[in-house]
Amino acid sequence: MSKKVQVQARINGEEVEFLCEPRQSLLEVLRDELGLTGSKEGCNNGNCGACNVIMDGVLVNSCLVLGVEIQGKEITTIEGLAGPEKLHPLQQKFLEYAALQCGICTPGFIVASKALLDKNPHPTEQEVRYWLAGNLCRCTGYDKIVRAVLAAAEVDHEGRR
Amino acid sequence: MQAFDYASARTVDEAVSLLAQHGERARILAGGTDIIVQVREGRRSVDLLLDIKKIPEVNQLSYDPINGLRIGAAVPCYKIYEQAEIATAYPGLIDAVSLIGGIQIQGRATLGGNLCNASPAADTIPALIVLQATCLIAGPQGTREVPVERFCTGPGRTILQRGEFLLSFHLPPPQKHSGARYLRFIPRNEMDIAVVGVGASAVLNEAHTRFVSARIALGAVAPTPLLAVEAGEILAGKEISEENIQRAAEAAQAIARPISDMRGTAAYRRHLVGVLTRRALQGAIQRAKKEA
Ligand SMILES: Cc1cc2nc3c(=O)[nH]c(=O)nc-3n(C[C@H](O)[C@H](O)[C@H](O)COP(=O)(O)OP(=O)(O)OC[C@H]3O[C@@H](n4cnc5c(N)ncnc54)[C@H](O)[C@@H]3O)c2cc1C
Ligand code: FES
Ligand code: FES
Repeated sequence: MSKKVQVQARINGEEVEFLCEPRQSLLEVLRDELGLTGSKEGCNNGNCGACNVIMDGVLVNSCLVLGVEIQGKEITTIEGLAGPEKLHPLQQKFLEYAALQCGICTPGFIVASKALLDKNPHPTEQEVRYWLAGNLCRCTGYDKIVRAVLAAAEVDHEGRR
Repeated sequence: MQAFDYASARTVDEAVSLLAQHGERARILAGGTDIIVQVREGRRSVDLLLDIKKIPEVNQLSYDPINGLRIGAAVPCYKIYEQAEIATAYPGLIDAVSLIGGIQIQGRATLGGNLCNASPAADTIPALIVLQATCLIAGPQGTREVPVERFCTGPGRTILQRGEFLLSFHLPPPQKHSGARYLRFIPRNEMDIAVVGVGASAVLNEAHTRFVSARIALGAVAPTPLLAVEAGEILAGKEISEENIQRAAEAAQAIARPISDMRGTAAYRRHLVGVLTRRALQGAIQRAKKEA
């Protein structure tokens, strides 16, 4: 086993410090070391998007980032989206549109959609579909998910945290 | 996943000396979208992953119409297509970088990783070849420059020697009346590996009736991406016609050495080389006409 490395980063607005082995992925660090189990492991090889987080403003698969690589970086996970009082509009619309069944893919879809709306607040349906091409869902089907994202984009920006 | 050490180099010299010291047991970590998967799945074993992303030279991204484009080896795909000036000057490169994986992969995957991973089906390599890109390599003896078409020597194998790594790419500025296009065939719309990929570039005369020169490169039909030399030469000085484009497509098909696998048979791939070469050339011509 190689030596553990000390890492400092900002996760969902909070300074955190943790020890990890170089071989641990960011996904493993989030789930196993930091107790942030919202990010899911679907494929562990970059194909499904269930592990999506935002790193310094960029959408990435946390299964393809090493924990040691996030030294000094800012990470947003699904846990960072809802405000203290209410859900993020994307979360609200996913519920209203029944855009989930088992829910394994949902955190990844919502984080990916947040990265899209941060960049492009009023995407077209085609833009949503292409943006979400790296996220897989095995039960709901994509249509409800796309509708939910488009509906969330309509919510007044004031409503967003 | 197996255990390994991690180091993050801050200078070229530091990276070269760590690589020279560890030889084959060290691999560079750029975006990690190939290497992390390979190590996790036991397809590659390493003692050290060397992160190069803090080295200034591998993060360069600069374009001007006189000197052309310099792209550091560790610049992720999205940074390339988000720069409007670069996207306008090199649409043929954008074709390739914008179809690697999905958005999440493009946030991390680099041009350097795509080339150094040396997959026969890597999407950016044919695009870089037709744009006459060169690689700047750093090593114990200093730097050397080689054209992209000479970089890969087999699946997963490159010309890099012990202690060497890829620093950056250089692309010459686009000439007047020139254009390029990269196309790949996949059975789905997104997120798949090329069954065949073809890049084409063309420089036209002022009247847009003839080719001054052309370059064609093929992916996924040989152990390495190929520059189809003869297919390009056939077009030099010739009139732009269906017939000449067809002759170039046949010359490209003649050098393809495809295999049959789950993505397609050799015969199917050879057929695709013809179709994609014609379409990529037509796309390159269209773009060249707009560049008037
Ligand atoms: C879901 C998914 C979809 C994908 N889709 C595509 C696709 O559509 N098309 C495609 O072509 N590829 C695709 N890939 C493969 C991969 O994303 C690309 O090859 C990518 O460009 C690799 O870049 P990277 O920075 O992540 O490389 P890394 O994984 O960091 O490195 C790749 C290899 O190159 C070496 N290396 C990296 N940089 C250097 C350097 N500067 N000098 C020397 N050696 C170096 C590494 O040691 C390693 O062996 C996909 C991968 C995944 C997981
Ligand atoms: S678990 Fe990371 S992409 Fe599937
Ligand atoms: S809701 Fe089950 S995988 Fe998407």
